[in-house]
Amino acid sequence: MPDRTIQLKIKRQDDQSASPYWQTFSIPYRPNMNVISCLQYIAAHPTTADGTETTPVVWDCSCLEEVCGACTMVINGEVRQSCSALVDRLLEEDDSIKLEPMTKFPVVRDLFVDRSRLFEDLKKTQGWVPIDGLYSLGPGPWESPAKQDTRYDLSRCMSCGCCLEVCPQYTRNNNFVGAAVISQVRYFNTHPIGANNAAERLNAMMEPGGISDCGNAQNCVKVCPKDIPLTESIADVGRMTTIHSIKQFFRGE
Amino acid sequence: MASPNQRVIIVGGGLAGLGAAVRIAEEGVPVDLFSMVPVKRSHSVCAQGGINACNDVARQQGYSEWQHMDETLYGGDFLNHQPPVYEMTHWAPQIIDLLDRMGVPFNRTPEGRRDLRLFGGSLFKRTHFSGATTGQQLLYALDEQTRRQEAAGMVHKYEFWEFLWPIIEQTDDGPLCHGIVAQDMRTMEIKSFKADATVLATGGCGTIFGKSTNSVICNGAAAARAYRAGAWMGNAEFIQVHPTAIPGEDKCRLMSESARGEGGRVWVPRKKDDDRAPGDIPEDERWYFLEEKYPKYGNLVPRDIATREIFFMCQEGYGIGGGRMVYLDCTALPDETKKKLDGIFEIYEKFTGDDPREIAMRIFPSVHYTMGGLWTTYSSEEKQPVHGDKGKAVGMQLGAPDNMMTNIPGLYAFGEVNYQYHGGTRLGANALLSCIFDGIFCGPSVVNYLADRREAGNTVDKVPDTFFAEAVETEQKKVEHLVAGKGGENPYVLHEEMGNWMTDYCTVVRDDAGMKKLLEQLQTWKSRYENVSLSDTAMWTNQNLSFTRALGDMIRYAEAIVVGALARTESRGSHYRPDFPDRDDRQFQQTTIASYDAEHDRPDVRYEYIPVPMVEPRARTYGAVK
Repeated sequence: MPDRTIQLKIKRQDDQSASPYWQTFSIPYRPNMNVISCLQYIAAHPTTADGTETTPVVWDCSCLEEVCGACTMVINGEVRQSCSALVDRLLEEDDSIKLEPMTKFPVVRDLFVDRSRLFEDLKKTQGWVPIDGLYSLGPGPWESPAKQDTRYDLSRCMSCGCCLEVCPQYTRNNNFVGAAVISQVRYFNTHPIGANNAAERLNAMMEPGGISDCGNAQNCVKVCPKDIPLTESIADVGRMTTIHSIKQFFRGE
Repeated sequence: MASPNQRVIIVGGGLAGLGAAVRIAEEGVPVDLFSMVPVKRSHSVCAQGGINACNDVARQQGYSEWQHMDETLYGGDFLNHQPPVYEMTHWAPQIIDLLDRMGVPFNRTPEGRRDLRLFGGSLFKRTHFSGATTGQQLLYALDEQTRRQEAAGMVHKYEFWEFLWPIIEQTDDGPLCHGIVAQDMRTMEIKSFKADATVLATGGCGTIFGKSTNSVICNGAAAARAYRAGAWMGNAEFIQVHPTAIPGEDKCRLMSESARGEGGRVWVPRKKDDDRAPGDIPEDERWYFLEEKYPKYGNLVPRDIATREIFFMCQEGYGIGGGRMVYLDCTALPDETKKKLDGIFEIYEKFTGDDPREIAMRIFPSVHYTMGGLWTTYSSEEKQPVHGDKGKAVGMQLGAPDNMMTNIPGLYAFGEVNYQYHGGTRLGANALLSCIFDGIFCGPSVVNYLADRREAGNTVDKVPDTFFAEAVETEQKKVEHLVAGKGGENPYVLHEEMGNWMTDYCTVVRDDAGMKKLLEQLQTWKSRYENVSLSDTAMWTNQNLSFTRALGDMIRYAEAIVVGALARTESRGSHYRPDFPDRDDRQFQQTTIASYDAEHDRPDVRYEYIPVPMVEPRARTYGAVK
């Protein structure tokens, strides 16, 4: 089918305070297209399906192989990375493709949102191993293959924000840190040296916006592109927090 | 000591930039860190296979840091400067220890020690790894340490800021870098930033070739801007084409060398146009051409060699279905080995729909790594030989202010944008090492340079503000010029055309006639570029402007690559000239230095002798049998 085209409906917004509007683009079909290649086509040919000249659609992306997390957006109602969203498979379910920015973060322009809150929350929860500097001080602690396996699964979080987009408790008006950050607390608290700051992380988890804001909807784990066991992490950090608060109680802290 | 008022600018938040940021901040010097993306999304995240370093097991099997150096030089076809390679390979074990302390989940042996895998260009297991997403894990570890320094107030991040130009003063003593001009990619504000030292850690230039394994941000524009401002390029023509990638509509996705390191095999059907499914082709009708030609190294010959063999196979019609693809087969690997490769298998499955655990992958070479880059210098010194060293040992002087400094004092190049370490081809799993090494080893050099500058009395606070205002104005004028363009030339179409030409004529096979045509074409692209029109003139988050501005710089970078490749009438590492198939040490055991001639808008090429203090160049055959 040489002349086959596909339709992309895109929710656009000119800047942070402007009202959103929809535009439809018609794109020549090629086998093995992904949403990124459609957006690249629009960048080079910024004309809507009805022939109106417009500006290229703005979106965030970098690696295009689903490992950096940048190109996350809502595609046909589901939050995911646009690089691994293959057109053929999207069209099996629908005759057009609908792109929207994530709703839990402020829109900068079009599909590009500001996810800096996620990185700020990692700062609050001390998302690092507190090493004694970059000097040569020998190896880190040994680790069993099983434990490495558990930590590796957690360490693949690319801060894309999918889990936050589907979380009913994470809103633009509250300060809940969400599953991604809670899982990182587990990641660092299960490392022998990371655990040196476990108390500080758990204190942060006990503050407003911490673990008690989780409503246990369990949507997060279903959309994680890296299959991180997020609900397991939440349960684990919940347990750690309970024990931590009991200890604090008996110490009179 | 550096003064408390002195700051350092780092452009780029990949492994090199973050390593430097943490190291410099640790010395008490505040860092302004610029990146076009949140640093956690930098291109280092894409590295898969691992990071090389000798360890105790490898050592007892006969390996050594010296051997690692020798492999790196042999792999690089002796175009590398040797002292930096000596230093890097000897620091490698402690760099692994450091990453281990940061909490990187390296794969473990049953006893709980760090496991090793086999990688290209070596007969020893000496590659440390974290599944098949090692780059991601290392970047995250450094991202975390940077966040810690950020929380402590020592690192200030400027994310979604684009480096536009280095601010260089021509003093009586020569050029001196005073900082940068950068633009906020959201608000489009252009500002100058002052610093007594500026580190460019801006990565490679893959997207000059259109589709590559690189991230979209790896366009080489930052390096090209430094080059246009007077910094020299070293060995710009040396571009690595990785043998195994999945060709895609928007980019080529890397399939790590670790697939072969863990036992994956490259083959084609012996019968041309064999249309059976790969699993239905019996063993004796498969042609494992790399294993046949290189019995010693097999599928793990260096990348340029594997790439050429695959390329020629397809050229002769042996590609799958007669096309431009060969099989990379991991189906026969044991389950526990497959698990170590999950990270890349998932990518393959997501993007092609086939499960590589069950069916052989279809792959083709793709532009992957920039060995060349900004030219840098260093201070060498003779070292006390350590166990395994075979003769005189010459490394780098720790803390020497000129380590990895460009020809412009105050301007450094770290990581992939630095032309050092890899020579004519980079060995797999040496990139993560060289990037982190630059940051950590050369961080103290930057700090010492600040002290020198303070003692010399030429710190940036003595430069009048008008000098910085002018630099900002120059960049604003460039923007106004681009926005006003009405010539109708489409920058994206121009980029696609350049990418196709560069890939066709200046990658795996570089013949004289093709490159001459390409060079002519480059001149027409320059004039067409003068006629570009933006489709977006808004002064808010304008990606169209950023892309188009970068394209002008990419064309100049491309010209340095092509001119260098044309002038180098020999074959060495990844640079293969069918008209000059042999290495010519007499004429070209030298670095290509390209400096920008602004008046004629073209590169001037000259050569610089490479000293050979330790390892005499030898023929690079990898035991080929025919």
